[in-house]
This record gives sequence, C-alpha cells and structure tokens, in this order.
Amino acid sequence: MSMNLVLISALYVILAPFLGGILAGVDRIITARMQGRVGPPVLQPFYDVLKLMQKETLVVRKSQNLYILFFLIFIIFTGALFFAGGDLLLFIFALTLAGIFFVLAAYKASSPYSFIGAERELIQMMSYEPIVLLSAVGMYMVTKSFYVCDIVSFHTSLISYMPGIFLAFLYVLTIKFRKSPFDLSMSHHAHQELVKGITTEFSGRALAMIEIAHWYENIFLLGFVYLFFAGNPVLGVVLTLCIYFFEILIDNTFARAKWQLTLNSSWAISGVLGLVNIIALSYVLK
Amino acid sequence: MNLLVLLIVVPLISGLLMLVSPGNGVRNFLVRVASMLLIALSVLLLIPGAAPGLFSLADIHSEHINQGMFIAEMGIALYILYACIRNRKIIATVLILLQAGLLAYFELKYGHGITVARNLFIDPLSVVMAQIIGIIGSLICIYAVGYMKDFHEHHAEVKDKRNFFFFVLFVFLGAMFGVVFANNLLWLYFFWEITTLCSFLLIGYKGDEVSVNNAFRALWMNLLGGLGFAAGIVYLYLGSAHTVELDQLLLLGKTATLLPAVLLPAVLITFAGMAKAAQMPFSSWLLGAMVAPTPVSALLHSSTMVKAGVYIAIRLAPVLQGTSAGFMIAVIGGLTFMIGSFITISQSDAKKVLAYSTVANLGLIILCAGIGTYEAVWAGILLIIFHAISKCLLFLCVGVVDNKSGSRDIEDMDTLIINMPKVAVMMLIGMAGMFLAPFGMLISKWAVLRAIVDASPVLAILIVFGSAATLFFWVKWMGKLITVIEPRHDLEDTVSSNEWVPLVLLTVATIGVCGLFPLVAAVFIDPYLMATYGHTTAMTQGNIIIMAIMLALVMLFPLSFLNYGKNVKVVDPYLGGANTNTANVFTGSAGALQTIGMRNYYMEWPFGEAKLSRLGIATTVVFLLIMLGAAILCL
Repeated sequence: MSMNLVLISALYVILAPFLGGILAGVDRIITARMQGRVGPPVLQPFYDVLKLMQKETLVVRKSQNLYILFFLIFIIFTGALFFAGGDLLLFIFALTLAGIFFVLAAYKASSPYSFIGAERELIQMMSYEPIVLLSAVGMYMVTKSFYVCDIVSFHTSLISYMPGIFLAFLYVLTIKFRKSPFDLSMSHHAHQELVKGITTEFSGRALAMIEIAHWYENIFLLGFVYLFFAGNPVLGVVLTLCIYFFEILIDNTFARAKWQLTLNSSWAISGVLGLVNIIALSYVLK
Repeated sequence: MNLLVLLIVVPLISGLLMLVSPGNGVRNFLVRVASMLLIALSVLLLIPGAAPGLFSLADIHSEHINQGMFIAEMGIALYILYACIRNRKIIATVLILLQAGLLAYFELKYGHGITVARNLFIDPLSVVMAQIIGIIGSLICIYAVGYMKDFHEHHAEVKDKRNFFFFVLFVFLGAMFGVVFANNLLWLYFFWEITTLCSFLLIGYKGDEVSVNNAFRALWMNLLGGLGFAAGIVYLYLGSAHTVELDQLLLLGKTATLLPAVLLPAVLITFAGMAKAAQMPFSSWLLGAMVAPTPVSALLHSSTMVKAGVYIAIRLAPVLQGTSAGFMIAVIGGLTFMIGSFITISQSDAKKVLAYSTVANLGLIILCAGIGTYEAVWAGILLIIFHAISKCLLFLCVGVVDNKSGSRDIEDMDTLIINMPKVAVMMLIGMAGMFLAPFGMLISKWAVLRAIVDASPVLAILIVFGSAATLFFWVKWMGKLITVIEPRHDLEDTVSSNEWVPLVLLTVATIGVCGLFPLVAAVFIDPYLMATYGHTTAMTQGNIIIMAIMLALVMLFPLSFLNYGKNVKVVDPYLGGANTNTANVFTGSAGALQTIGMRNYYMEWPFGEAKLSRLGIATTVVFLLIMLGAAILCL
C-alpha cells in the first residue's frame, strides 16, 4: 500500500460525510423538483443531523446503541479499505459485517417494527450480495487482481467486458442506496407502513450515526460504480453521477415492492446476467 | 510402541474398559482420563521428534494383523447382515452382501500376494486431522459425561446403555485415527467400515422407531459409499497400478500417462468420501442423525465421520485436479453448498439448521477437493479446521439449551441472552465463526473464491448465492438470541463443569485459531502443499493486517458495554397502540388488549425443504453419473 493510497483513504474518512451530506441535500432538492416542490436548502441534511445530536437519546434496550456505534465504525472501515485500494473481497465482507451490526441493533431493540425492519434489511442484504461478489469475480477475471488499486488503473473501462454484470449491479444498487422500489427496511419517504422500519426505535445520537453511516456508504458505493468506468476518468465521474441521478428518478417513479419481488427479481437478474457474463468472459479471455 | 499405533489402540482399550466398568462413577472417571490422555497424545504429535518423520513408518508388518482385520471385517459384516435381516432392511442387506462378498473374494484370492511397503504414515495433513479428532473429539466425550446424565433423567423411556455408548464413542475415535494414519488402503477401508458401524450404532442409540430407521438410512448410504471404496481398491490392485498403497496412488496420479490407472479408483474412493461427508444426494443420512443425543451429533458433524469423508477427498485432490470427473465432483459440492444453504433458511429446529449448514460447508470442502489445485486445497484444509471447531461449539451449546430449557426451536430462543448469558455469548461467537468476517469460515470462503476464479470461475455462481443465504439464516438466529421480550429466568446455574470446560475451550479456540491462522497455515498447510504440489499460497501480509484490525475492532465490541445504559433514557417500544402493563402488551382498537409476538421469516416459498431436496437429489444424481462416466473414460 503506497503513501498515496493511505492519503486518499484518510481523505475519504474526513471528507466523505461532507460529500455524502451534500449529495443527500442535492438528492432532496432534485426529488422535490420532480414532485413539483421547491425543496429544502442543500445543507438541510447537516442541520437535521446536528439537531439529532442535541436530542435526548431514547432506547428500549440499553445496549442497542452500542451496535449502532460499531455499525458506523465498520462502515467507515469498509470505505477506508476501498479507497486504500484494498482487496475487493475483503471490502465486501467488511461491508457485510457492518450491515450485520445494524441489523443486530434493530433486533436488540426488541420492538416489533424494528424487528420486521431488521428482517427486511436481511432480505435486502441477501438480495444484493450475490451480484456484488460476482462483480468482484468479473473484475478479477479481467484485471487478474482483486485489489481496487489494480482494478482502477486497468487500461480499459471494465463495462465493455462485463455489461451483464453491470446491469445486474445497477438493479441491486437501488437496494443499496435505499431507494424505492427496494427501500423495504427503511426509507426517507413518508410511505412507511412499518413506521420507520429498522430505525423505529433509534433516536438522537444513534439516529444521527445511522444517517452519517449512510453518507459514508453512498460515497463508496459511487466509488464502486466508478470502477466500471475507470478506464476513462472524466467520463467515468460524469457517468457515475448520471447513475445517481438515474437512481433518484427510479426512486420517484416506482412504488415500493414486496420482499418476494425484491428477492426473486434481483436473484433472477443476478443469476442469469451474471452467469452469462462470466461464461462469456471465460471464453473471451482465454 | 509407536505413537500412531498408540493413538489407534488407546481409545479401543479404554472403550473396552468403559464397556465392562461396574458403575457410572468409575466409567465417568475413565472417560475423563482417557479423553485427557488422547488430547495429550495428539498434542505430542506436534512436537518435532516425538512423531516419526514423514512417511517413515515401515515397521508394522504382520500377516497376523492383516488376518485379524479381515476376520474382524467379516465379523462386522455378519453383525450388520444380522441387524439388517432382523429389521427387514432390504437395500442395506443387498449392499452388505455385495461389499463383503467382493472383499472376501479379493482377499482370499489375491490377499497373499499383496506386498505393502508402508501400512501407516503421517504427514502434516494427518497431523491436522489428528488434532481435530484427538482434541475436539475428546472434548465432546467429556461433555457427554454431563450431557448423558441429564439426557437419561429427561428421557426415562430410553434404556440407559451408557457403558456401551461411551465404548462406541471411543472406538469411533480410534477408528478415525486409523483412517487418517493408514497408508495401506485395505487398512483404511477397515477403519472406514468401523466408522460406518459406529455411526449406525450411535444414531440408533435411543432405540425408537425413528432412530432405528434413520440409523439404517445412514447405514445403507455409507455402505453404498463403502462398496465404491472396495471396488476402487480392487480396481487399483488388479489394474496396471497394481498397488493398494495410498502414497503410490498419489505418486502415479502425478504423471499424466499413468493417470488412467488411478483416476477411476480415486474417483470411486472420493465417491465413498462424498457419501460419508453427506453430500447430496446422500445428505439425508446426516439430517436423520440428529435424532441421536447431542454429543453424537457434535461428534459426527465436527471431528469424526463426515471429516473422514472430506479428509479422503482432500487427500486425493491432486489426482482429481484438472479432470472432468474432478470438475463434476466440484459441481456436486457447489450444488450441495448452495441448495443446503437455501434449505437452512426454512428451518427453525436449531439442530437441523446446524445439520444443513454442515452439509453445505462440507460441500464447499468437496468443491475444493474436486478442483484440486493447491489454492483450493489450501482453502479446503482451512475449512476443515475452522468448521470443526465452530460447529462443535454450536452443537454443544444447543445441547445445553435443549437440556435446560426443554426446547431447541430457534423461535423459543429469544431472551436467551439474559436467561443463559454465557451460553448465548458462546453461541454468538460460534455463529460469527461460521460466517462472519474476520472469523475462520470467512477467511476460508475468501480463499475458496480466489481458488475458484483461478480454476473455474463459473462455479462462483453457486458460491455467491449459497453464501448470501448463509448470511440470512445465521443473522436471524443471532438476532433471536439477543432479542429480549420476557423477564429473566436463570437457566444457567445447573450446567455442570463437564459441559462448561469443553464449551469454554472451544470458544477460546474459535477466536484463537482465527487470530493464529497464518501460523496454522505456515506450520501445517504450507509444508503439506509444498510436499504435494511444490507450490503453496497464502494471504498477503496486507490482508492479514486488515483481518487483524477487523478482529481487534470486533473484540472491542464487548468493551463498549462499559458504556451500557449511560446517557440514555429507557422507554417502552412503539407498538402502534397504547402500551399497557408490560412492554409487549398494548391496547388496540376497540380497547382490546393485544400481545405482540415477533417471529423470524422462514420463507417456505422459495426455500422449502421438500421441493429443494428433490431438486438437489435429482441434479446431483445426474452429475454423479456423469462423474462416474468421465472417470471410466478417463477424461
């Protein structure tokens, strides 16, 4: 690991919450315009989090917020690992570990709404994990390395080798960004039949930490999307942002799906497109 | 006397002593002494110089031993035949007749002409296996002392045959040592059949109809495997290889032109291993085996029986490498992993969840063996080690919970974290060891994925879907353990020290092995791979550091409990109505009192057991036939 990468990783840890917060603010403005509203100021997400920090922290079970703290720590760790150019497989495993702390926090809260939220969050994790791992496998097949630093410096954009995997990845990306139609476990929108789902019993500082973790997460997810276009950096960044805009559009166009549809469709798409793409790759690269 | 021989004979003799011991006290004392002796002897293998060096054991040569084994084998066959006929089990009867007939014919006709250079041998792989058998197996025996006492108090209908029970346990361990030390395949086969017999006796221990039927299912499936084993030996000797020695088989497999002489025998023996390792289509015997008392399940799943199956497959992996038959074996392993993991989602019986997860993880090991590259074998051996420790811990924990709370249904395990805090924490650690970064099985899964993408990336499809399912069923169980609904009932204070000691040691081992895994890899796996392949692999320094950081961070989690309950205000959960009296009752519409309930998702559709099992059996049978065809044609 070179000094450069360590620096990038440190920058990520410091800057990601600001970038993520601004992204969330822009997201809210664009969403508002799509719905014919003016929307809040771009810094509104920061005001929200600062306000949450000052609120009293209510809990159902005394240890529930400790899990949230480790959720945040591991999300930051995961992102740092990614931007340090680390092993993609370890990155995915670390992301899973972080997600599990979040789910366990909701179980610990022992409230029916957070319980169902936790259950749905697990279904979401189960839905997106296969294609995320297959993306790593595909990237390895093309670049002969699992390391982000090698993948990002590959001479051609990976999307030309793995369009199938990319499409399937795009499909589950909606889950990861917590956007409709796959925002089953929690949502920023007011169409929550589960009260606030997985976050129902979290308040004050804990809720602020969840929000910050979400910002950190969005940044490294965009980083992951960028890996597909890294052959051409400028175009890559533009396309990555376009994809985020596309996700906002989807978010505002679709009603929420049931878990059955979420799981079945994402597995079917991941399985078919992933398999076809990997078989094709093993012939092309021979 | 030689250490290897001691390890085989000591359990046998102590087992016989237990069989004739006059009372529970004497027998329990014997069990503890024998277990500790076995642990000591296994650890002694680690000391350089104490064990004979690689392949250096050429001193056990006796016609009498061979004759004795043959007679014992025929005796076992007669006993099985008698049991089969008495219970009218036709398939098992036919199989035992075929198998014993084939072997008797072979031994009587050719037995005198067979010359064997080395009957026993030891190398780093057998040392690893010996540690698993000796240490984990013995810990289970110690645990069984306490467990069986409770078991017979709770199950008055079961006849107390504990002397016999412990006798079989120890013979089982002795036979397992035989399996991993044997170089003469006829010896290996002898010990192999003893493990089949022992598991048959242990599964049927309760003596009720279900147990007996399940015992016979285990019997016929393993006899079918055994028949393949016997056929493999006969073909190996009568064919151009003309040997019955394992090291010769492996040596011949290294040369491409000589491969045809050994590929079919290797595949047939691996087939026996797959039946023993409960791969689909044979997985049902291991699931049926959970009717037996919990120590038996722990033994079958972690340190014996199934581990004999994966051991032989991993041992033969160099021969399978790059062959079509090997690829088919990998596909069967991968399918077993994926389908086994899917089915686990729909199960709420804790033992059944553990059983299906064993089937799935063994599938992963068989997949590694089928691929057969040094990277895959590296991953496979790690899987064997990590799986043995964590799975044993989990079974023993579930056994304690079952005995103390009267239920082993996962849905009844909420509030366990305050009712049985120590056991619950140990279970959580065991589960983390099974699927979570940075613990053992995940390190192995990382290695498996790397090995696959280098050898045959298509198989990755099976792994990624299977591992997504693993995540789901483990976390929902973990979640259930930490959910707190009812007030506290202390269930833990009657757990005996016989149970605590193995539990604590296994918990420490689960964490310890994962911290020390680079060392384990360097001391055991690398020398074995260097000797076999001339290559070895490793996690890079950077990744080891990352894993270490993750481990350290996870270890900090308990520390955060210093902050437990500080700066927070405790309130009742939101229930969508007016909370009334306790935290789980609310007044709903029309003033009706409602009690809340929280149950996990089991997703009968699409993960139902019956449908997926049929699918798994149908597909794996097809692949098995292709495997045999490919081996016969030597593709």
